[in-house]
Amino acid sequence: MTDYRMHLLICGGTGCKASESSEIKNQLDQYLSEYDLDQEVQVLLTGCFGFCEKGPIVKVLPDNTFYTEVKPSDAKDIVMEHIIKGRPVKRLLYKNPKNDYEVTTATNIDFYKKQIRIALRNCGFINPENIDEYIGRDGYAALGKCLTEMTPEEVIKEIKDSGLRGRGGGGFPTGLKWEITRNVQNDQKYVVCNADEGDPGAFMDRSILEGDPHTVIEAMIICGYCIGADTGLVYIRAEYPLAIERLKIAIGQAEEYGLLGNDILGTGFSFKIELRYGAGAFVCGEETALIHSMEGLRGEPTVKPPFPSVSGYNGKPTNVNNVETFANIPVIINKGANWFNKIGTEKSKGTKVFALAGKINNVGLIEVPMGTTLREVIYDIGGGIKDGKQFKSVQTGGPSGGCLTKKFLDTPIDYDNLVEAGSMMGSGGMIVMDEDDCMVSIARFYLEFTLEESCGKCNPCRIGNKRLHEILTRITEGNGTPEDIDRLRVLSEVIKDTSLCGLGQSSPNPVLSTLNNFMDEYLAHVNEGKCPAGQCKALVRYEINPELCTGCTLCFRNCPVGAITGERRVAHFIDQSLCIKCGVCFEKCKFNAISLT
Amino acid sequence: MPKIKLSDNTINIIKEVCAEFDNKESELINVLHKVQGKLGYLPAEVQEVIARELKTSVAKVYGVVTFYSFFTMIPKGEFPISICMGTACYVRGAEQVLSEFKRQLKVEVGESTSDGKFSLNCLRCVGACGLAPVVTVGEKVYGRVAPTQVKDIIAEYRNNVCDVARTA
Ligand SMILES: Cc1cc2nc3c(=O)[nH]c(=O)nc-3n(C[C@H](O)[C@H](O)[C@H](O)COP(=O)(O)O)c2cc1C
Ligand code: SF4
Ligand code: SF4
Ligand code: FES
Ligand code: FES
Repeated sequence: MTDYRMHLLICGGTGCKASESSEIKNQLDQYLSEYDLDQEVQVLLTGCFGFCEKGPIVKVLPDNTFYTEVKPSDAKDIVMEHIIKGRPVKRLLYKNPKNDYEVTTATNIDFYKKQIRIALRNCGFINPENIDEYIGRDGYAALGKCLTEMTPEEVIKEIKDSGLRGRGGGGFPTGLKWEITRNVQNDQKYVVCNADEGDPGAFMDRSILEGDPHTVIEAMIICGYCIGADTGLVYIRAEYPLAIERLKIAIGQAEEYGLLGNDILGTGFSFKIELRYGAGAFVCGEETALIHSMEGLRGEPTVKPPFPSVSGYNGKPTNVNNVETFANIPVIINKGANWFNKIGTEKSKGTKVFALAGKINNVGLIEVPMGTTLREVIYDIGGGIKDGKQFKSVQTGGPSGGCLTKKFLDTPIDYDNLVEAGSMMGSGGMIVMDEDDCMVSIARFYLEFTLEESCGKCNPCRIGNKRLHEILTRITEGNGTPEDIDRLRVLSEVIKDTSLCGLGQSSPNPVLSTLNNFMDEYLAHVNEGKCPAGQCKALVRYEINPELCTGCTLCFRNCPVGAITGERRVAHFIDQSLCIKCGVCFEKCKFNAISLT
Repeated sequence: MPKIKLSDNTINIIKEVCAEFDNKESELINVLHKVQGKLGYLPAEVQEVIARELKTSVAKVYGVVTFYSFFTMIPKGEFPISICMGTACYVRGAEQVLSEFKRQLKVEVGESTSDGKFSLNCLRCVGACGLAPVVTVGEKVYGRVAPTQVKDIIAEYRNNVCDVARTA
């Protein structure tokens, strides 16, 4: 970034792109050339900034001004005011919701204050399609250091000393995995990057690949050097077209710079990277299934051992690591294991990226040191629960994890604490739920997912999860019995004990954790035929209280099925036989005249 | 399903893709990605050609096609509508949005309208959770969709043909 006096970084992440960030770029480019500034100011599309809730984000360098919720029509003011006259466009600055003060730079926004960015260090700072920018921020320095100054054993020792554990869910020590794969004798070995990210409601790996693809490439080359592999494969979801495109560009650039290919940096070490596409099967995130899928087969898991480190892709030793795990590697090499292992808790070092979503004010992508409490994440970073509602639960670990309650809010987040609390770290999905979420429905939602995604190989997983789902559906429809609750528990234990892979072994977790933490809700469904959260359609009724109804006709006009009748200024009435219980009238009514019973 | 007669041209397209991957059985998934990219879907007749070219059984090809949700045996509508059913969207009311689409279009998930204009599908997290609930029509992403907006979204495409959303 030398020739330009200023840079405008625009979020090109999926969320902001959906809110027309590409159009903002076009408009900015247009105004800049109109005022002959296009040689002085450069506009770049970057990866996700993390603060998706307030997207589209535009950041101005070098002064670091951070604009939120920018629209294409704001481009003119940014150019006229900020770039030409040198004063920030106030109305586009983030307003601290606590005191309404405008905040100019990202570092002063509460959302970012408690974060430490290691894996996401470059996301939102560089143009992911330009290798020079990556290099300008220490990119490929770690690779150079490894290849020219360190033996593979020394690199592995550094990773082991750092305490880095796999970010794909299992939490296996990364250095140890590399060492095991290194010690297996074979002429052909593989490095695989697991970019299958199947957790529904998570987009960490995708954001890293979209925002900083070179970090993953650099780490894969380092891994290849350590274990003695000359080929790397990235298994990536075909549903991630932007990430695929950026990876391809990055691989091409790295080849051009002699960082991939034969005789890298003149050291005699050779390495190439190819892409393999997933086709939308969650179970293919499991490493043995992933390997079978790369071999062109159905993605069904197989028994371990043999572990992929010993016998993986085409029967050869294969080291599988997650995207985020790889993204930590270059930093560990550059800054040293002793820098890294000071961050985090005793057994979980470094940071973790979470996709924070659900009923929370600041939905986005965050990276926090291990040991941060759930309360800090939800209230300080996440800005608390949306619409002033009550916090009910936070779900971590996706379909394999559990729902935690208030009493766990002060638990420091790390691998072991989350397991002890009855959930797990998983790959980093974190969904916050409020008083309006029915926990039985949530359990049913996850079961519906595992049911669809079970590969079908084991009976307990294929049939057992179906039965769990049926029972949960029965309960949400008001036909459950107290015996059903016992059945859920027994069946869950059996499925956990007898399934082959991690999918089946963890699929009952959402059921068990909700049974443990929200038994009263289950009981209300089966004993009283009530859904306390008012979400189970079969169990709720919307009614208009004639005393409170002013006859404003708002509900009448919004009901999608015409179930509401009534005249202006006369109390309205809901025809229960037509009502589909969409809840729109309830939300729209300004007079609290509609009740949910 | 009625049997489809593939044109020679289509058969040639499939054969070319297979040849590009050296007719290797281990490349099956890559072949399927590419063929679906070109034809839009993978009906049984197409699978038969692929099986012949890669010298493998139709059962194996079928087994792979049906295993992966990305592969489809049904043609997509002119405007493919997908409702995000990821957790973030689910807790922000995606189910109500979905049922409204089903009601308006009178189709179930995985089906197309009889005029071939719309098809309805679910997907899991498009990475725009901040905009939940999310609906995509072709390439276009709609955020914070309320059930009451569903009618308008459909109308946008039903009446005037909108080029952005048209995908191969
Ligand atoms: C059902 C299931 C789904 C998984 N999905 C993913 C995934 O989407 N991404 C991932 O990196 N690991 C996933 N894993 C974990 C992988 O099997 C493997 O442990 C991981 O990729 C190893 O990398 P790491 O040590 O760097 O975490 C999944 C495991 C199971 C059992
Ligand atoms: S536990 Fe389920 S997903 Fe895993 S191998 Fe068995 S059937 Fe397949
Ligand atoms: S809940 Fe929905 S369908 Fe029922 S009366 Fe209200 S707006 Fe109409
Ligand atoms: S997508 Fe723009 S901030 Fe996340
Ligand atoms: S869950 Fe719908 S966009 Fe992420």
